[in-house]
Amino acid sequence: MLKVKNLEVYYGVIAAVRGIDFEVKEGEIISLIGANGAGKTSTLGALLNSIKRKGEIVFGGYDTKNHKTHTLVQKGLALVPEGRRVFINLSVEENLRMGAFNNDENYEHLKDEMYKLFPRIEEKKAQMAGTLSGGEQQMLAIARALMSEPKLLMLDEPSLGLAPKIVGEVFETITRLRDEGITILLVEQNAYAALNISDRAYVLENGQIAMSGDAKELIGDDTIRQKYLGG
Amino acid sequence: MKAIKLSFLAVAIVFVWFAQNHFDPYAVSILNNIAIFAILALSYNLINGVAGQFSLEPNGFVAIGAYVTALFLIPAETKLDMFALEDPTPFVLAMHTSFLPALIMSGVVASVLAFILSIPVFRVRGDYLAIVTLGFGFIIRIFAMNQPTMTNGALGLNDIPDNANLYWTGFTMIVTFVIMLNIIYSKYGRAMKAVRDDEDAATAMGINTFWIKTYAFMTSAFFEGVGGGLMASLLTTIAPDQFTFLLTFQLLIIIVLGGLGSMSGTILGAILVMGGTEWLRFLDQNMDIFGYNTGAHPGLRMVVFSILLVILMLFARRGLFGNKELTDIFRRNK
Amino acid sequence: MVLELQNITMQFGGVVAIDNLSFGVEAGQIYGLIGPNGAGKTTLFNIVTGNYIQTKGKVKFNHEELSGLKPNMIVQRGIARTFQNIRLFKSMSVLDNVLIGFHNQANYTYFESILRLPRYFLYEKKLKNDAMEILERFGIAKYANTNASSLSYGNQRKVEIARALATNPKLLLLDEPAAGMNPNETEDLSQIIKNIKDEYGLTILLIEHDMKFVNNMCDKVLVLDYGEEIFEGKPSEAIVDEKVVAAYLGDFKHA
Ligand SMILES: Nc1ncnc2c1ncn2[C@@H]1O[C@H](COP(=O)(O)OP(=O)(O)OP(=O)(O)O)[C@@H](O)[C@H]1O
Ligand SMILES: Nc1ncnc2c1ncn2[C@@H]1O[C@H](COP(=O)(O)OP(=O)(O)OP(=O)(O)O)[C@@H](O)[C@H]1O
Ligand SMILES: [Mg+2]
Ligand SMILES: [Mg+2]
Repeated sequence: MLKVKNLEVYYGVIAAVRGIDFEVKEGEIISLIGANGAGKTSTLGALLNSIKRKGEIVFGGYDTKNHKTHTLVQKGLALVPEGRRVFINLSVEENLRMGAFNNDENYEHLKDEMYKLFPRIEEKKAQMAGTLSGGEQQMLAIARALMSEPKLLMLDEPSLGLAPKIVGEVFETITRLRDEGITILLVEQNAYAALNISDRAYVLENGQIAMSGDAKELIGDDTIRQKYLGG
Repeated sequence: MKAIKLSFLAVAIVFVWFAQNHFDPYAVSILNNIAIFAILALSYNLINGVAGQFSLEPNGFVAIGAYVTALFLIPAETKLDMFALEDPTPFVLAMHTSFLPALIMSGVVASVLAFILSIPVFRVRGDYLAIVTLGFGFIIRIFAMNQPTMTNGALGLNDIPDNANLYWTGFTMIVTFVIMLNIIYSKYGRAMKAVRDDEDAATAMGINTFWIKTYAFMTSAFFEGVGGGLMASLLTTIAPDQFTFLLTFQLLIIIVLGGLGSMSGTILGAILVMGGTEWLRFLDQNMDIFGYNTGAHPGLRMVVFSILLVILMLFARRGLFGNKELTDIFRRNK
Repeated sequence: MVLELQNITMQFGGVVAIDNLSFGVEAGQIYGLIGPNGAGKTTLFNIVTGNYIQTKGKVKFNHEELSGLKPNMIVQRGIARTFQNIRLFKSMSVLDNVLIGFHNQANYTYFESILRLPRYFLYEKKLKNDAMEILERFGIAKYANTNASSLSYGNQRKVEIARALATNPKLLLLDEPAAGMNPNETEDLSQIIKNIKDEYGLTILLIEHDMKFVNNMCDKVLVLDYGEEIFEGKPSEAIVDEKVVAAYLGDFKHA
């Protein structure tokens, strides 16, 4: 589904991602873990061509080199961005509508699904997204991404700011989405929970892949435990 | 670093001196024009670019500055002769000082007015400044037209003593530039930028954002007033029609081209815009191209100038200097 | 009591975000505010800092009432905050962001800065040193001259806290300080926060969803649900409280 070769991201002279290779197969949940500044967000940005990058990215059989972000979204890529980035001056419902921009015919049906998933935002559907609480915005950001019915869903720290109970529900939902056929690329600081639901994982350190492999094995790995799971 | 700054300053001062003494009058008049527009644009950039408060005020404050200086410079007898519609009020007749105090008074009057405008505008959140200052510009012009006892109405003022020369305009520009940089690299400048980036967060740092915006606005007004005074003395005649929104618009082009928030960029912007429109003047006249006479095309100059502007902006989206200063560029290279 | 809230109610339109809530924080405490999303935690911060004006009730800081004071005045009395949705000054360097926090401690006038009089140099130099010291504490001194918006999310959070600390507070309000950090980084951050608390003699009120962090940091927690208190007491007891589990923690073992 997604194949990345020798991906590099530079901000001026600073290298954020230095030549990484990885692969996401259809129907997998793949985790990308790493410390602050390791290059996780930059990698996701590069996959969407929303920041400049070098290297080869093949998505669904196409080299994405000359594609704009919006065409990639049309082709089935979606991102739940870091820091939510909901449209603060639009209502909750209008935000969902923006998520379904290229998917109008399924809007009503999907909207109901989202409200079932996050009843909290249904209570707030007419409220401006900017006045939602942080966690409510996070729920909205996830729902908005799902409104496009992506083939590959990328989530940048989806558990950020969510109550533990909701975190649990979100991870369950991710598993369920995978079972329904959506492929998942997950960036998480809550590495334990992420690895738990993932098939495979890549560990980023200073813009390079330091380790990769079966998620369950990585949970058992001593260095991983020490570095990312808090001992 | 300090050495670099001082040598810039020295070069600028020597250049002003040299130009005044050795350049032909046409070149000097262009330089005067550049210097005055640079003064106005530098101060405009403080409120608009650094503090991020979109404002459309300069024409109003420049007008005020021009009239104040003119009235202070013109001797009483000349005023009596000149005021054709009605006699000047005794207060206007009595105004008389030398050039420097006149300029300072221009600045003071403008910044006092700026303060008065600040109170309603900056007390509340929101983008009222643009609309209020736009209205302010109109009101000032209407005032100048309709108060013949103070401004000689639509006839304007002439025979203003021509005290200004390149020393005055050039040095005032240098002083304005240095003061603006001193503000930017102080806690006040930082606070102005903080207000621009995120007013709530600035407040959460204990900053009284009302005063910060007011300082920026009053400072802008002060130097716009001074610039207006210089303009009056340089042109020797002024009339209400000179101070329309078009003037503000020209300044807006300069600061956007140079970079919002960049004082170095503003100087470059003033040179390019004022120098450029002057240099392109040949386009308005008859031209011989390979022996073929194109005829005169008045207005062609502005068309070409606009196209050049658009091209420049395409290459430098955030202005030529972004929001950096010349000194930042040296710092980076160290 | 350093901070005392009495019968606070906050309504947005018809919605009651906080419902007649009272509690107090004692000097030197680390007091945790937890609860489901939308329970009213951040709203409570906004009331204490003067960003929102409560519909009813009183806020007292060191026995003085805060109601009616502008946010910047409240900061000057010694209450600093961080924002849940990171709100750095994006066009400015990390160092400048922290220097903004020192604004009211830079004791020179506008004219002194225009004329570059000695006091300008005196304070700029001193505060630059102080700012660098704070950045070093948070391990982000190497980013001092980097644009704040080009830091990674986790590091931007640290700048938020550093900047709040620069205002020289007595009471620090932290809204999800550990969000975006992995367990090790969270552990480091706990240590930093504990250190600065002792060194600056701070009282801390914090919101966080990371229960391990809360458990390890807080002397006391208040659990809110729909703007009402459902529990107040030791964090270790909150974790096993039935109502808290039902409303907030759930029975998922992910954290
Ligand atoms: N716009 C930018 N300009 C310059 N440097 C940047 C920019 N964005 C990110 N960086 C740098 O690139 C590196 C990787 O950042 P990135 O945001 O990808 O990290 P991350 O792994 O997502 O970290 P976090 O877990 O904290 O979100 C960091 O060193 C960061 O400072
Ligand atoms: N300005 C506002 N207008 C209308 N409703 C608001 C406003 N601000 C907050 N609310 C609502 O008040 C409730 C409390 O919000 P608050 O931000 O305090 O939640 P929180 O406890 O901080 O949640 P989280 O953990 O998700 O950050 C939410 O339901 C929110 O939608
Ligand atoms: Mg990130
Ligand atoms: Mg909150």
